[in-house]
Amino acid sequence: MREGMVRIPSGCAVSAVMNTRGRRINGEAITRSIACMHDRSNGLGGGFAAYGIYPEFAELYALHLLCDDEAARLDADAFLQKNFEVHRSEPIPTRRVREITDPPVIWRYFVAPRRECLEQRCLEDERDLVTEAVMTVNNRIPGAYVMSSGKNMGVFKGVGFPEDISRFYRLDEYEGYMWTAHGRFPTNTPGWWGGAHPFNLLDWSVVHNGEISSYGINKRYLEMFGYRLELQTDTEVVAYLFDLLHRRHGLSLSVVCRVLAPPFWKDIDRMEAAEREANTALRMVYGSAMMNGPFSIIVSHSRGLIGLNDRVKLRPLVCGRKGDFVLLASEESALRLLLGDPDEVWAVRAGHPVIVEMERSVAA
Amino acid sequence: MLEINAQGMPYRELNRLIREAVAAGEESFRLYNVCGQRYIGAGLRRPVYIEIHGVPGNDLGVFMDGPTILVRDNGQDGVGNTMNDGRIVIHGDAGDVLGYGMRGGSLFIRGDVGYRVGIHMKAYREQVPVIVVGGTAGDFFGEYMAGGIMVLLGLYGGARRPLAGDYLGTGMHGGVIYVRGRPEPYRLGKEVRVFELENGDAAILQPLLDRFAEHFGTEPLDVGREPFTKLLPVSHRPYGRLYAT
Repeated sequence: MREGMVRIPSGCAVSAVMNTRGRRINGEAITRSIACMHDRSNGLGGGFAAYGIYPEFAELYALHLLCDDEAARLDADAFLQKNFEVHRSEPIPTRRVREITDPPVIWRYFVAPRRECLEQRCLEDERDLVTEAVMTVNNRIPGAYVMSSGKNMGVFKGVGFPEDISRFYRLDEYEGYMWTAHGRFPTNTPGWWGGAHPFNLLDWSVVHNGEISSYGINKRYLEMFGYRLELQTDTEVVAYLFDLLHRRHGLSLSVVCRVLAPPFWKDIDRMEAAEREANTALRMVYGSAMMNGPFSIIVSHSRGLIGLNDRVKLRPLVCGRKGDFVLLASEESALRLLLGDPDEVWAVRAGHPVIVEMERSVAA
Repeated sequence: MLEINAQGMPYRELNRLIREAVAAGEESFRLYNVCGQRYIGAGLRRPVYIEIHGVPGNDLGVFMDGPTILVRDNGQDGVGNTMNDGRIVIHGDAGDVLGYGMRGGSLFIRGDVGYRVGIHMKAYREQVPVIVVGGTAGDFFGEYMAGGIMVLLGLYGGARRPLAGDYLGTGMHGGVIYVRGRPEPYRLGKEVRVFELENGDAAILQPLLDRFAEHFGTEPLDVGREPFTKLLPVSHRPYGRLYAT
């Protein structure tokens, strides 16, 4: 029976490490943290998002692609050349790892949007062009998928245990100020390379343990704003919801979290009038963006991390801090492994996000 | 005493070493550099003593039937899952679903605990499971509780969060929850009510408070001087009529 046709219930592992002063950390550290939770995944997906790894191309969008074969890669290549100035195009370095079988063609491009393309389409924000391009590749170019599309960051993912994926992508050769990681135990959707976490758009990346039961509603809502959901996995909606609500609608990160995991009506009823009105309005306007079902997610963007649980805490998430290092993980042991004796460690509360931001003085 | 350095050791190997030593007659263990290994003490049926340094993984003491486990640090999720007898003492905090389906023995946690603590706990004749928590608890404390005793002390001030979260005792239909304070009515599950202590409660509660103080070297609380209330279920079959016409 093909993977994706059977249902195997269990959990996943998520983990993140960030230095709030922008000090860079080798990929080895996050690998140890996620490997500590090996038994939460089953070898059908592992992946990492790394921020600050391409300082020499910091002004360019780094597009990481997965392609079924060279023909698909060339189709994607032709499309990208039309829309972007390609400054560099190369295979992502990998090493042979016995545990990782049958990898696709894995490529990266460092690109800048072509000015004439922006003008033709009357797009003011070049990020809209990048978003459109990602949707087009994923949706219209058979066998080609964009793993990540942010600046000075990249996603590395595939089918395997996360520690093996890390060796495969040679992550010990990268240094970044922030990393997230995922070990997958697919439940309702297939374990394929494009379906591994993190899910990314621009500099948003998401790793997720759980299931977004509201996927259908969230998907239809996002499609109204031009997003195309092609990766057969519920987590995809989270990345696009953050992009829509924060970048395009201008909601603060804490308000975005309030939309995704809103207070219950019984709690809204007990609020002071002004707060009650605001929360009622958010639930009315953004009802279709609300995420139902069990989840703990870590969302990362170029200047910080967000840890969020569903409203009744059906999945675990622990946060720890030591000096200017902040970690999030499904299990405390995965924090302790890196932090030793942390200054603080606490369980993230149901529906109450942990929002970590880079120190203002740090340019990144 | 058998000392085991658990650094980097997979959980299967750690638990195999413990099981084999118990079978060979070992009575006392000291595990150090523990970091996330699951199922420590799983299914052990002899009254051995296990001292853990580091953070043990999920389902600590699952199905355990007699041992005493001491954790110097924090515990993770699922401590005492379906435990039958014995004792687990945790000097730090513990995570979610502590004492899940527990049917005997006792859990003493010095700090805070997570969500769904004591879910589906049950008692039968002399088998009465006990959970005593020194700090605060997350939502769904005592959810679907069918028997046993839970004690929530809130000793360290409620600055960060309330004594107990929402949905306290939701679906509860047996046993008793003692709370050092009076939970706000809106936090209560529909299946429980708050009562004053009666004659007989002190005889149950005071020995547990004494034992808590003994485990953590603190001053014992006096039931008579503390603002305890208790939660009891209003029905033994809250869902009995759910599908009846």
